[in-house]
Amino acid sequence: MTGPPLLRPVPEVSPVELQRRAYRKRQGAKSVVISLISTLVLAAIVWVVVLNTPGWARVQESFFNGEVFVAALPRVWDGFLLNLRVLAMASVAVVLVALLLATIRTLQGPIWLPLRALAAGYTDLFRGIPLIIVLYLVGFGIPGLQLIPFRVPAEIWGTIALTLTYSAYVSEVFRAGIEAVHPAQRQAARSLGLSHAKTMRLVVVPQAVRKVTPALMNDFVALQKDVGLISILGAVDAVRAAQIETAAFFNFTPYVVAGLLFVLLAIPTIRLTDWYTARVRAREQVGGIV
Amino acid sequence: MSDPVLRLDGVRKSFDGHDVLRGIDLVVEQGEVVALIGASGSGKSTLLRTINLLERVDDGQIWLSGLDITDPRVNADLIRARIGVVFQQYNLFPHMTVLENVTIAMRHVQGRTRRDADAAGLELLDRVGLGVKAGDHPDRLSGGQQQRAAIARAIATSPEVLLLDEITSALDPELVTEVLDLVRTLAADGSTIVMATHEMAFARDVAHRVVFLDAGLILEQGSPAEVFRFPRERRTQEFLARFRA
Repeated sequence: MTGPPLLRPVPEVSPVELQRRAYRKRQGAKSVVISLISTLVLAAIVWVVVLNTPGWARVQESFFNGEVFVAALPRVWDGFLLNLRVLAMASVAVVLVALLLATIRTLQGPIWLPLRALAAGYTDLFRGIPLIIVLYLVGFGIPGLQLIPFRVPAEIWGTIALTLTYSAYVSEVFRAGIEAVHPAQRQAARSLGLSHAKTMRLVVVPQAVRKVTPALMNDFVALQKDVGLISILGAVDAVRAAQIETAAFFNFTPYVVAGLLFVLLAIPTIRLTDWYTARVRAREQVGGIV
Repeated sequence: MSDPVLRLDGVRKSFDGHDVLRGIDLVVEQGEVVALIGASGSGKSTLLRTINLLERVDDGQIWLSGLDITDPRVNADLIRARIGVVFQQYNLFPHMTVLENVTIAMRHVQGRTRRDADAAGLELLDRVGLGVKAGDHPDRLSGGQQQRAAIARAIATSPEVLLLDEITSALDPELVTEVLDLVRTLAADGSTIVMATHEMAFARDVAHRVVFLDAGLILEQGSPAEVFRFPRERRTQEFLARFRA
């Protein structure tokens, strides 16, 4: 057997291709120049409009004060750790409740009608109510019942409220994914003798989750910043800590600190979402340029 | 005499008032290979789907080895596990490897251990010439390879009858042979097969009996020699003439 030649001659490129490459190179250079100019113009506009306003010095002092920034960071950071804990608990709970809801809504047969109706009502209700109202109702209403003999920390109520609202949204995302799996997949699974439940668990849901991962990650980004809303229940999270520091320093910089921490948290997820979406698209259309 | 593998008695099915099956009587014996031929829309696919309980019959009865499977009290999942189906579009599970596709029914329907199922699955994949593809996902396989994997998946649980629904219709012509060769081997090994097909040469070669469906009725049936060489019915003659052109 003969292997491939070790040194393959570099193929000669036709004059037409050389012309095309030269043209693309010129176009590429042109677009670099254009983007440079537009960036400079934008920067100039920002400088003229914002930095030259009469109040800029005062705003800079009360929002971007370096000393306050450093002084407030430890407390805001401590609060931020609470946000991270709530985020971790809520996102796990949201996925579980949402999957359960989505599965209930795809059950067939009249026996399941009450459950289906309940799940549908749940998603209608919690997609409709503003999160902040759910927070108030859960955080102040349920403890008011005095059902539980000991004091439950505010962040737990916050986690429950976030789970209620977000699971309603995420269950719809799952449901869309489940319905996007081709019926032939379900038939193939059932024809092997797999039950409805096993077909869902082994064949439909895994494919559905892959289909909706970008949408789920987007909801996760939204949840990342909405965990800051638990501060209204009195939990000392980043936002609440920033509020306390702001009052102490008579300066708004702690809010900027908290805002920055949330942005830093969101960026990796956002990049990951973009990367994943691009990868899925690249796999689905091999070699296309549009 | 033991019960035939399949017995259909007056099977009817309609969709939105359109009669697709208008009273089908059919008996398939152990080890028999039956080819269903007929124009598109003659009811071949629907017939296979009613046998596998993917469609509910409007009337009539179907017996699988003596058990009336159209009785609503039977467990449809258990019946489907006893019948293998291969579809036109393969319908492999894209998120699983080829081996996982082949072993899923062994593991989750028959309750065999992963180790046991994997060993059996690998042996089966070797038989269909896909041993080296066991760890790949289906999208890395050619159409012919995917269809052979789908056949392996369908026979993994040793079903009593194998239903093949136009399994070469979605394949490029040069890939048809490898799939048909596999079916030929299964037939030679004594599998009971009911196949809807447009491959007349293959039906003539491999089938023990050819059944011509026309507008939801079995118009004529017999050995390949009888039906292909001396079709009695005018409609059969017209249908076959289109393939000779």
